[in-house]
Amino acid sequence: MTTPNSEGLILHGLSKVLGGRTIIDNLDLTVHKGEMVSLLGPSGCGKTTTLRMIAGFLIPDQGHITIAGKDVTDLGPEKRPSAMVFQNYALWPHMSVFKNVAYPLKVRKLASAEIERRVHEALELVNLMHHKDSRPSQISGGEQQRVALARALVQEPDILLLDEPLSNLDAKLRVKVREDIRELQRRLNITTVIVTHDQDEALSISDRIAVMSAGKIEQFTTPQELYDRPATEYVANFIGSLNRVEGSYNGGLIGAGTDAIGIRPEDVFFSHNEIPGGHRATVELVVPRGHFYEVYLKRDDVALRAFLSSEIPKHGDIGYVRINKALIYQDGHLVRSA
Amino acid sequence: MPIRLSLYFFIGLMSLFILGPLLWLAVHAFATNWTYPNLLPDSLTFHWWSKVFLDSALGTAIKNSLIISPIVVLLSMVICLPAAYAAGRLNYFGRKTFLIGMFAANSFPKIGLFAAIATLYYALNLMGTFVGVVIIQLLGTIIYMTWIPAAAFAAIPRNLEEAARDAGASKIRTFFTITLRLAMPGILVAIVMSFLASFDEAQGSYLVGAPSIYTMPTEMYSLVQNYPIQVAAVFSLLLAFPSVLLIGIARKHIIGGQLAEGFQIK
Repeated sequence: MTTPNSEGLILHGLSKVLGGRTIIDNLDLTVHKGEMVSLLGPSGCGKTTTLRMIAGFLIPDQGHITIAGKDVTDLGPEKRPSAMVFQNYALWPHMSVFKNVAYPLKVRKLASAEIERRVHEALELVNLMHHKDSRPSQISGGEQQRVALARALVQEPDILLLDEPLSNLDAKLRVKVREDIRELQRRLNITTVIVTHDQDEALSISDRIAVMSAGKIEQFTTPQELYDRPATEYVANFIGSLNRVEGSYNGGLIGAGTDAIGIRPEDVFFSHNEIPGGHRATVELVVPRGHFYEVYLKRDDVALRAFLSSEIPKHGDIGYVRINKALIYQDGHLVRSA
Repeated sequence: MPIRLSLYFFIGLMSLFILGPLLWLAVHAFATNWTYPNLLPDSLTFHWWSKVFLDSALGTAIKNSLIISPIVVLLSMVICLPAAYAAGRLNYFGRKTFLIGMFAANSFPKIGLFAAIATLYYALNLMGTFVGVVIIQLLGTIIYMTWIPAAAFAAIPRNLEEAARDAGASKIRTFFTITLRLAMPGILVAIVMSFLASFDEAQGSYLVGAPSIYTMPTEMYSLVQNYPIQVAAVFSLLLAFPSVLLIGIARKHIIGGQLAEGFQIK
């Protein structure tokens, strides 16, 4: 599927030690042209280090980085066909919005008419023409972020790098900006790597997600696959909510055993009426969550959380539980889902 | 209301306290004679000004000051700004010691230091030379030209430079268009402070410069003893003039503009 021409980005055997600590450990990643990939993981997992190596701010100790078919491993950031949007935008406070966006083109010594045309194009793309003469300090955080995006896009980079681009925006704006970025990315068909610690963000914006842990990629696949079949317990815990029960799983029932069984709360079905082959359980707690209820159930020493949207029980109710789907792990790895 | 009134009273008192002596000087500089108990001077004249400008010794002192101070500031910039950049941006062994040590060296009474330097100067034949005066004044500017720009360099977020590199700028271009540009308010403050420190320096300049090189402040010593009070008044006003001018320029650029704007956003 990957021919040299469809290559967006290839990381091959990347390693990086910083301050005596291995931050990135023999990491491989291939991003197709026009694809949007998230690096997802908790802080300290190496996702930002990976991004900074792609941008050229860090040089890997080992391994190679190829962007659009060209080996850039030893090139400085100014020589790479990448453009980055920084977490805090990193706009230059002494320049107007126009000059911020024009800077990369000025550095490239384009004619001023060409610069003007392309800057206007980029600012129109992010709807900021009316602010072109403002200073960064005079516009809102969301607008600053769009300026940073325009400054990156104006370079027509082969790869766009986004470092936690939404983390400094308030919750409402975050969803809107995230959709705007995705729409723009699709329209321009630009290869994009986005670093985030927010699983919602990763799931909703990416073509594929690389879940990282301790300098390695745990799993690299589509959002749906990641959610349905998390390859390791680590990934399962990181993506979505999960009940973890020790035992054996067979046909919707939990028995004695030593497997780690992961059950998504939405895969737990509860009924007041007897379900043939279902577990009898007591309702311990009911928490309204808006469009669904979070219900804590208990059977003997097994506790289960369920997300229910119909037939909501009350505290102390007794009913029956059936498990629609479970993920079975041995030694932290998925052996089957049923 | 009483609070406001007492505030005005306080401001008035402070103004009198600060501006009073200057006013006294200003009046004397234009007065033929002004003695107690007369409320106003006898009459006004430019006589003292022409005396100052026509006196060759005084003129030479003014010329010396106006030549030496800019040279001192320029040399100070050449020597100290790279050090300030290193102290502000690079993390090397002994960085703190360097900064604190510089501060400590300035916390001793200078006159003792100058006595030691005098010995050195005799050995190096720098006594009574132009170069000797420049060096002695340079010493007083180092603390300003290092500490203030170091703080300015340190305050610049690294990723503003990274963003420039990412945008395609070389290290040197990034330094000139981003780093130096953003540190400029701090450097301007340091230039003003250094200029004033050099322009006002009298102790050391007198010790190593007299009797062959006089600057405006060292000339004051003989002025006060040998001339009428009005000539000293004219001279004091001339000494104050560059300070007022520089602070006026700096105020416009530093308080009104770049500094305020530059460091608001992260």
